Amino acid sequence: MNRKYQNLQKIPPSLIFLDALALLALLGAFWLVIEYAPIEVEMGLVQKVFYFHVAVSWTGMLGFLVSLIASVAYLKTGNMKWDIAGLAGVEIGMVFMALCIVTGSIWARPIWNTWWTWDPRLTTVLVMELIYAAYLLLRSGVDEPARRAKYAAVYAIAGFVSVPLTFLSIRIFRTIHPVIVGGSNTAASGSFAMTDRMQVAFFASLAAFTILFAAFYWHRLRLGMFQARLEERKLELNAEEE
Amino acid sequence: MKRFFDAILAIVWKDLLAERRTREIMGAMLVFALTVILIFIFAFDLSVEMRRKAAAGVIWVTLCFAGTISLNRSMSIEKDREGMDGLLLAPVDRTAVYFGKVLVNWVYILLSAVIVIPIYSIFNNTNLLSWEFAGVILLGTLGYILTGTLLSMLSVQLRTRDMMLPVLLFPVVIPLLLAAVRASTIILQGGAASELHTWLLLLAGYDLLFFAVGLMVFEKIIEE
Repeated sequence: MNRKYQNLQKIPPSLIFLDALALLALLGAFWLVIEYAPIEVEMGLVQKVFYFHVAVSWTGMLGFLVSLIASVAYLKTGNMKWDIAGLAGVEIGMVFMALCIVTGSIWARPIWNTWWTWDPRLTTVLVMELIYAAYLLLRSGVDEPARRAKYAAVYAIAGFVSVPLTFLSIRIFRTIHPVIVGGSNTAASGSFAMTDRMQVAFFASLAAFTILFAAFYWHRLRLGMFQARLEERKLELNAEEE
Repeated sequence: MKRFFDAILAIVWKDLLAERRTREIMGAMLVFALTVILIFIFAFDLSVEMRRKAAAGVIWVTLCFAGTISLNRSMSIEKDREGMDGLLLAPVDRTAVYFGKVLVNWVYILLSAVIVIPIYSIFNNTNLLSWEFAGVILLGTLGYILTGTLLSMLSVQLRTRDMMLPVLLFPVVIPLLLAAVRASTIILQGGAASELHTWLLLLAGYDLLFFAVGLMVFEKIIEE
């Protein structure tokens, strides 16, 4: 194998450091959530899901935001690196959003007495996941990298509409989903006010998942670069054969 | 500016003329739309009361399904017979092509609405004709067609083309569809005026947003 490719495979020290930092931050946040934050009076232990639920939904939306920015940048510059950055954002965003739905369901079962309900918030989150699943399907339907990148970027821009709509849905529609941070919702079921200790745990968890996101994102970018090289190499070999 | 509008009208004219001679699209849309309505009525075994209540939802879903036919067809005609290359060679602003196609598709879906809604009214003995409802239909279908034309431009380029348009389009238009159905329901059955206002704002906002997105990215899609 070519030396150029071998070098690429080594994980840079700063990325290892970031991985370790993410792990430590997650452990710290877990401790704060479980031991330090008080148990909520009405909902009991299950309320602790909230700290992770909000954190993963934030990183999920962050992923989609990153992909929007990368897509705009791709259409402006035509640089394939932005395409890799956009795809990485979507994939990681989808994983975190799926976690958000799962944690939300776990909380909703005892509090709302159902795993799922067709509330505006829940519906918009599901629609968002569907849009990004369609994004991945769209990518698999085009072979030529430059065209794939272009179409994917256009679709990521059109599909991003769902993200602010999801974020705002609990603030503009009548919904039973609680608004804990920055606002209140009188129709909500399962709402509460955060105490100081809860806030510490909340922001720690938010920070920990953001670091985790950065680490994931970096890994995914590297993977994307490898994929791009592989595709290039395949084309080269095909050309040589002919 | 006049040149720009002339170019849009020329595209609309060309497509409508081709349609008048072949009657490919409207025929398929209407038969399909009526079939969908029948399926709804039988599938849910709708009672007279329910048919009135479900009217807005059934009509919107029907229009959207039928709309994919014209969106797919009007774009794949250009692709198959290399009409797109000809359009792009024309010395006019390229967004004129987009708006021309939007206008044609809008005409098709509005024509279907004009036929389907009275038929639904007669079948189900419920009066759906009102100016407010017509307004919601105009706003809602415009947003749907703006988004659909843009995405059909993408989907015709794919390996799996005809099947991909609904997959790409429907998730993106769900918010619009939701707002359109809610606004129509309020108009047809009465409801809070303030809520109607919110849904109409959402519809108009969505139309504006996709107008802007189309304007910005259309050229990027078609340039080779």
